[in-house]
Amino acid sequence: MTRSFLPYILVAQRLGIAFVTLIIVSFAVFFATAMLPGDVAEILLGQAATPEAVAGLREAMGLDEPALSRFVHWLLGLAQGDMGTSYVNNIEVAELIGGRLLNSLRLAAVVTLVSVPVALTLGICAAMWRGSIFDRLVSLLTIFVVSVPEFMVATLAVLVFAVWLGWLPALSYGVELDSWSAMLRAYAMPVISLSLVVSAQMIRMSRAAVIETINTPYVEMALLKGASLSRMVLRHALPNALGPIANAVALSLSYLVGGVIIVETIFNYPGVAKLMVDAVSTRDLPLIQSCAMIFCVSYLSLITLADLIAILSNPRLR
Amino acid sequence: MADTVSHTLSEDKAPEGPKFVFNWVGRIGLAVIVFWAIVAIAGPFLAPHPPGEIVDWDYFGPVTSEFWMGTDYLGRDIFSRIIMGARYTVGIALAAVTLACTIGVLLGMIAAVAGGWFDMILSRLLDAFNGIPSLLFGLVVVAAVGSSIPILIMTLTAIYMPGSYRFARALAVNINTMDFVTVARARGEATPYLILREIFPNILGPVLADLGLRFVFIVLVLSGLSFLGLGVQPPNADWGALVRENIEGLSLGAPAVVFPSIAIASLTISVNMFIDNLPTLIRDRSE
Amino acid sequence: MSQTNHDTPLVSVRDLKIGAVTDAKRKVEIIKGVDFDIAPGEILALIGESGSGKTTIALSLMGHTRPGCSINGGRIRVGNNNVTAMTTRQRAAMRGTEVSYVPQSAAAAFNPSQRIMDQVIEISTIHNLMPKAEARAKAVELFRALALPNPDTIGDRYPHQVSGGQLQRLSAAMALIGDPRLVIFDEPTTALDVTTQIEVLRAFKSAMAAGGCAGVYVSHDLAVVAQIADRIVVLRGGEVQEVGTSEQILNAPQNAYTKELLAAFEPAGRTPQPVQASDRKKPILEVTNLHAGYGPIRNGAPVAKILKDVNFQLEPGRNLGVIGESGSGKSTLARAIAGILPPYRGSVLVDGRELKPDLASRSKEDLRRTQIVFQLADTALNPGHSIANIIGRPLTFYKGLRGKARDARVIELLDMVHLPANMRHRLPSELSGGQKQRVNLARALAAEPELILCDEITSALDTVVAAAILELLKELQSELGLSYMFISHDLSTVEAICDDVLVMHKGVVVEALPASKMSECATHPYSRLLISSIPKLDTGWLASLEQDPDLIAQFSDR
Repeated sequence: MTRSFLPYILVAQRLGIAFVTLIIVSFAVFFATAMLPGDVAEILLGQAATPEAVAGLREAMGLDEPALSRFVHWLLGLAQGDMGTSYVNNIEVAELIGGRLLNSLRLAAVVTLVSVPVALTLGICAAMWRGSIFDRLVSLLTIFVVSVPEFMVATLAVLVFAVWLGWLPALSYGVELDSWSAMLRAYAMPVISLSLVVSAQMIRMSRAAVIETINTPYVEMALLKGASLSRMVLRHALPNALGPIANAVALSLSYLVGGVIIVETIFNYPGVAKLMVDAVSTRDLPLIQSCAMIFCVSYLSLITLADLIAILSNPRLR
Repeated sequence: MADTVSHTLSEDKAPEGPKFVFNWVGRIGLAVIVFWAIVAIAGPFLAPHPPGEIVDWDYFGPVTSEFWMGTDYLGRDIFSRIIMGARYTVGIALAAVTLACTIGVLLGMIAAVAGGWFDMILSRLLDAFNGIPSLLFGLVVVAAVGSSIPILIMTLTAIYMPGSYRFARALAVNINTMDFVTVARARGEATPYLILREIFPNILGPVLADLGLRFVFIVLVLSGLSFLGLGVQPPNADWGALVRENIEGLSLGAPAVVFPSIAIASLTISVNMFIDNLPTLIRDRSE
Repeated sequence: MSQTNHDTPLVSVRDLKIGAVTDAKRKVEIIKGVDFDIAPGEILALIGESGSGKTTIALSLMGHTRPGCSINGGRIRVGNNNVTAMTTRQRAAMRGTEVSYVPQSAAAAFNPSQRIMDQVIEISTIHNLMPKAEARAKAVELFRALALPNPDTIGDRYPHQVSGGQLQRLSAAMALIGDPRLVIFDEPTTALDVTTQIEVLRAFKSAMAAGGCAGVYVSHDLAVVAQIADRIVVLRGGEVQEVGTSEQILNAPQNAYTKELLAAFEPAGRTPQPVQASDRKKPILEVTNLHAGYGPIRNGAPVAKILKDVNFQLEPGRNLGVIGESGSGKSTLARAIAGILPPYRGSVLVDGRELKPDLASRSKEDLRRTQIVFQLADTALNPGHSIANIIGRPLTFYKGLRGKARDARVIELLDMVHLPANMRHRLPSELSGGQKQRVNLARALAAEPELILCDEITSALDTVVAAAILELLKELQSELGLSYMFISHDLSTVEAICDDVLVMHKGVVVEALPASKMSECATHPYSRLLISSIPKLDTGWLASLEQDPDLIAQFSDR
């Protein structure tokens, strides 16, 4: 009886940890942005910062309250969907983010759809024919992609597809997303760059996961029963590697979070990341905080998902 | 009892000792790493042109015998700027990785040996820190306090210390259950002896390999931050900032964008090559 | 394929050479020209110590070599198959139908995510031998023949839901389903407890007799092999030392190495030391009402209670053996006495002085007087320290010896365990298993203890090396007047060195016996079962052994 409950307990435990982590992360984000800089009121008023004006603004913004109570207010606001108002243009942060978030999510979805099937096929095949020319080629390419910065993958993609081959526009500044072909062109470069970054991680991890199961005594046993290579891999190794592979997919997708910041900036893609980088240059704190929280939440959900898959796929807990 | 001696010595053969063999891929990696280390130290003596001065009338100039890697968007010599950039990229990354690993490994070993509440609270706290995407953390901090080299080093240290802690702790927990540590404990040894003399020598190999991989990540994040304009500030430039400065030249295929990128890639790829080809004795335990 | 003539052997191996590439990329020959034959229906044993190449030879009969190894020369013929000349595809077609394999650890060789039945009948699926329903029926028949409980339903379970002994028999069913002409058993009972081993051996023997197929039985244990094999090949360092019938090898060995193996199997017994009632008053070790366990403490006792109410006394100069199967709590007893696992109730007295339960509150002097030596010298010696450091540390720690004085004492200690002085500059990884175990002992001796707790210190060693270690222990005892508490699952070892023996089962001492007369004096049913389960160097032992099935059901964990 206890065995059948164990997975649920572990899952509940992991979710609890994720929740606590979220609180700590939001605490870090809030204090990094709200506590460390000079005086927000002074920054906002800029040239017009007379002591009286600063004092008045501080009071109006509630900056006189203790930090902890401001944090709690902010967090409660976030929980109810109130992200505050932008310092720079006095528009509701939620309004600024709304459409942009959709764009970013769309980009992430397309990248996922492209990279997961390609990466898993390559990773599993490389593991199956371990040591072959194909495996070495794949390993070499993935090592290259994971050891260079995301922006370099993007610039290389531009060099290849736009400058040398001339298939796509180099930078999609101000492209209108009104027609299908324009959409495709606007998406192509960001999707290619991001997919490369994410796939490289996924190929490495799924290859390692499959190789680990291939090296087990029960796969050697299958070989000694006369099983063919494909039977060994497909019937014996893969079913046991599914958990680690799903775990690898979720973990690799968390690389999207870092990659998207660079890629949206390079290609001027109208997403949340671009919004946030712009907000950093204007020091628009409420906007930075909200964007940061969006990224942290998506990152945290992906790595939590990876852990949950690892827990649930353990055959001994079934 | 003389026969017992001959017995153990001759019949019960001893295995050979470990041999440290690097293959050629690992050697190339090491050579490139050493090359960049020398460049970073001797930079000013190697640069053919003053890196901050406009030396060419043309911007985004091509590769010539005078300007080996072309010129940048203002007409400065890219070769000299890359040599000076090595100081920032290699120096900052090295400082950050050393700090991160020293703190992380020490705390990790203490947590593994001490266990209990100390271990639990520290592990939870640092795990939570791991829940923040690294580039984003850098962005937020730089947005808050502005960018300077000490700030960059501290930020990068803060980003990568929890991972180092987690890695070292896992290794140390394993070693801590081994019989030789139990024997030392049963002898009555104190905790510092257990940590420094029994555990540390046995996690050193994997920890050094991990340090190399972490160095690559730090170079990547530092370059990413600089690329976004949040890293090393002008007029100084690390390799990431060089790419940013000259990104306009991308559509022209200018060498000013290509060469700094190659510099970054050559460093990170060779570190990976070196680590991947370390003798299995060291690497196996790190996986 | 036509049947081979009955006069010609089923298997013939000629001048077999197998090479391996070491971690340092050096090529070495691990099998150096081996020849043997197996007649149809015959069971041949490959016997040897670690590194003798017995498993490598057995696997090569299926055309399989482990990664890094390759067949470099010679011929292997199995039936009409010239194994050494076959393509990968032809070898695959032969595996399972002509030659099949029973692994050392069935627990690892079963795929954890598939039901047992699917894996048992997989050979018939791969080679299209028969319809699924027929294969299932045949598997159930084999389960019954192998005396497995619930033969009709056991196949529906997952591997982690059945015990180790059952899995081992299920793996035999898996090997027999394709009616092979040769079955390879790769140390199939080594990982099992002795009481379980008997049932598994019996099941194998009857199934092989019923199937009429030939077998190769790989093992390091002569007594086990004697029960099942017709002929024995003695291997050492990749070369055949001697081939003969089981009777001949056991009773009239020709080769010097074979004689050595046989001699090591039953080490010389110990003349019991009289209890010195008059000149010494206090026992060196006295344990009363000892309770210990693991896990968080609830109501003053840990959640997982291991030791329950252990009481005994050990007189100075005498040795106490503790025997029991895995999970009996014998190692926990040593840890509780040493303070590594503080007991939660009861007391430990050394030379009349009561010790505090945990390490931190024991005095340095108390810790010095009792030393513990662990089973695996590989993990008991810090791989990063030199031998001089390992042996010297207790000298510095307990006696403050440094520099020249310490070095001189290290050399003395090395000499005591018969190791040369220059070995002190080496690292543990450069030593053999037996040498490491000697260093392990020397470190304990460095503290000049009165009592040494030996936890299975000979179990991981080859028999010949283990016998030498036992000799050393006796010698040290007569020189230094030590007392040992000797923990082992191996009765003959305990017999060789101990005066008294405690039999443990599930954390309880079921009986205390004199070591020299264990089988005569045992009255408790579990000790009788345990003692009778130890294989003897006698080919008729298993056949004539009669054990009460109720007793087995009650005590053996199958």
